[in-house]
Amino acid sequence: MKLSVNTEIGLTHLLSRKRQTLVASLGVTIGIAMYIFMNSLTLGVNRYSDNAIFKNAPHLRVYKEDEMSKPIPGVSSSSGLPVIVNPKISNTSLNLVNPQKLLKDIQSQKGVTAAAAYVTANLFYTNGKSQVNGVASGVNILEANAMFNIESTMIDGDLRSLVNTPNGILLGVGIVNKLNIKLNDNINVISSVGVVKLMKVVGIFKTSFAITDKTKSYVSLATAQQLLGQGPNFVTDIYVNVATPALAPSYVPLLQNLTGYNVEDWMVANETAVAGSKIRGIMLGGISWAILLVAAFGIYNILNMTITQKLNDIAILKATGFSGKDVIRIFVLEALIMGFLGTCFGVILSLVPTTALAHVYIGADIGYFPIRFEPSIALKGAIIGMIVTFCAGYIPARRAAKVDPLAIFRR
Amino acid sequence: MEREIVLNTSKIGKFFYDPIEFKALDDISFEAYKGEFLTLIGKSGSGKSTLLYILSTMDTEYEGELFIDGKKITGQKQDNLAKIRNENIGFVFQFHYLLPEFSCLKNIMIPALKLGKFSREEIEEQAYSRLKMLDMTDQALKPASKLSGGQQQRIAIARALINNPKIIMCDEPTGNLDTKNTQIVFDIFQQIAHELGQTIIAVTHDTDFAKASDRTIELADGKIISHGKK
Ligand SMILES: Nc1ncnc2c1ncn2[C@@H]1O[C@H](COP(=O)(O)OP(=O)(O)OP(=O)(O)O)[C@@H](O)[C@H]1O
Ligand SMILES: [Mg+2]
Repeated sequence: MKLSVNTEIGLTHLLSRKRQTLVASLGVTIGIAMYIFMNSLTLGVNRYSDNAIFKNAPHLRVYKEDEMSKPIPGVSSSSGLPVIVNPKISNTSLNLVNPQKLLKDIQSQKGVTAAAAYVTANLFYTNGKSQVNGVASGVNILEANAMFNIESTMIDGDLRSLVNTPNGILLGVGIVNKLNIKLNDNINVISSVGVVKLMKVVGIFKTSFAITDKTKSYVSLATAQQLLGQGPNFVTDIYVNVATPALAPSYVPLLQNLTGYNVEDWMVANETAVAGSKIRGIMLGGISWAILLVAAFGIYNILNMTITQKLNDIAILKATGFSGKDVIRIFVLEALIMGFLGTCFGVILSLVPTTALAHVYIGADIGYFPIRFEPSIALKGAIIGMIVTFCAGYIPARRAAKVDPLAIFRR
Repeated sequence: MEREIVLNTSKIGKFFYDPIEFKALDDISFEAYKGEFLTLIGKSGSGKSTLLYILSTMDTEYEGELFIDGKKITGQKQDNLAKIRNENIGFVFQFHYLLPEFSCLKNIMIPALKLGKFSREEIEEQAYSRLKMLDMTDQALKPASKLSGGQQQRIAIARALINNPKIIMCDEPTGNLDTKNTQIVFDIFQQIAHELGQTIIAVTHDTDFAKASDRTIELADGKIISHGKK
């Protein structure tokens, strides 16, 4: 192997003080390991909480906003100003016009992975005297399943029966318990506009949200439309999923233009949860950066010390023809080698807490702690680690480059 | 015979301002020829080292002008000066000698590796031949910090010779050596000056050493008081 003189000198310095080299590297090792661990933690927990959101909510929702009544043009008060004394929600339908075309248009957009039409109906579930109020989602159950993986929450029955059973209904387990019924029983539902229908329970689901389980049901689109006394073109919402949930907000203007209706992304709809993610990110990110900086400071410190001890050597090198740049190269190289060693071990070390935590059983529908070794974060950590060590090396190296050999020889 | 000038100065002056303004060198003009073994003598504090540092291109704060090989050195950039030192000047310091963590051999090789003109194997061979000249072959692989002062000085001389520089500057090269080794160093200087055509500029307190050299320049209070025999 052919080494340049600068490399050889740097390596000799490192090898002749192995303990210091090791200590400085170890600082980086711990810093990088913590950085990777903390960020994997943030990513894992945020991914889990996002997924929890996406179990019930789509990335984007297209709907028609309620309109407030507007003054009738031309009718004005004596002062000349149009006045409405008591503005109310105007009694217009929340129907999306021509939903089939909208759905097709949306599905053909780049980045859209799934889109489903929804009809939401408020209603009562009744069994004899027992009555539970709730919300039915009229859906094409296969489309909805593609979006929310409803199948994974089914505890009884089969969601596919909804396709074949015209009056079938999938009920949350809370409703089933309250009404004291079981699979294949019949119940009556009464909609907010007074339509009554006899439905057959073809499936029971259980999510991690008790509220959902106590109110929610799935019926076919047609059933929901009938319950609301509407025709087959009545659709209240279109749910849209995109390839990258984080980019959902960028689809809002696009879909708004395309459909002409209101579009809401999941981050707006779940502001609290998103804020929680952000706070976690900032907190753990801050801690991991702090640890990384401490590690970098370790390298800075040791290099600074080395340079102070080696003023004589630096002077000799410069006298025998090494330029300031060579001196910088020598010491930056030393920092980078320590940083590289530390980073490699740090990546390996980060496996320990991540795998350990990944084996901690939390229970409920979380199961094991939602963390895993994230190669992308490890890569980012390694790159940051190298950049930070470069800076930690460069600052003292520049000082070394400025050493005036005469000032040393004259001493 | 017209002799080739390797180094010359014109009216070099040097001030120190700390602790008080003090003129350490005044109106130094002289030339050194190719293949000349030149010695600089003078009382302690007369400015020999100060002059040598200027000639070595390490000190750039002075009045007047310095030329090496006819090229003006005064006013050149630091990086250029480093290159000139590496290629053209071998230096033996008065007190500070070697890189302690490296073997003697490596210490000698480093300026040549930096120059990069020869392969590592060739450089190693050249380093060994210098060691042999100075009777130091058996110390080659010892770390430099484990040598005596005189041995270190000889390694420093070997290092100064490695790149076959045009000029070799020495500050008290025999200060730590016994008569036998002083004689060895003297003979080597004589040989490289006269046979290889390299120029030696050596500061010395040793009047015998100076007398035996080709020419002696004497300094007193920062001025040249004698240019020696021509
Ligand atoms: N860095 C400095 N600051 C101030 N004065 C200095 C400095 N270096 C040298 N001097 C002064 O310059 C003068 C010449 O010093 P120099 O080291 O060149 O002497 P020298 O001839 O080499 O002496 P010696 O034979 O003892 O080595 C001395 O009077 C010294 O005090
Ligand atoms: Mg001196």
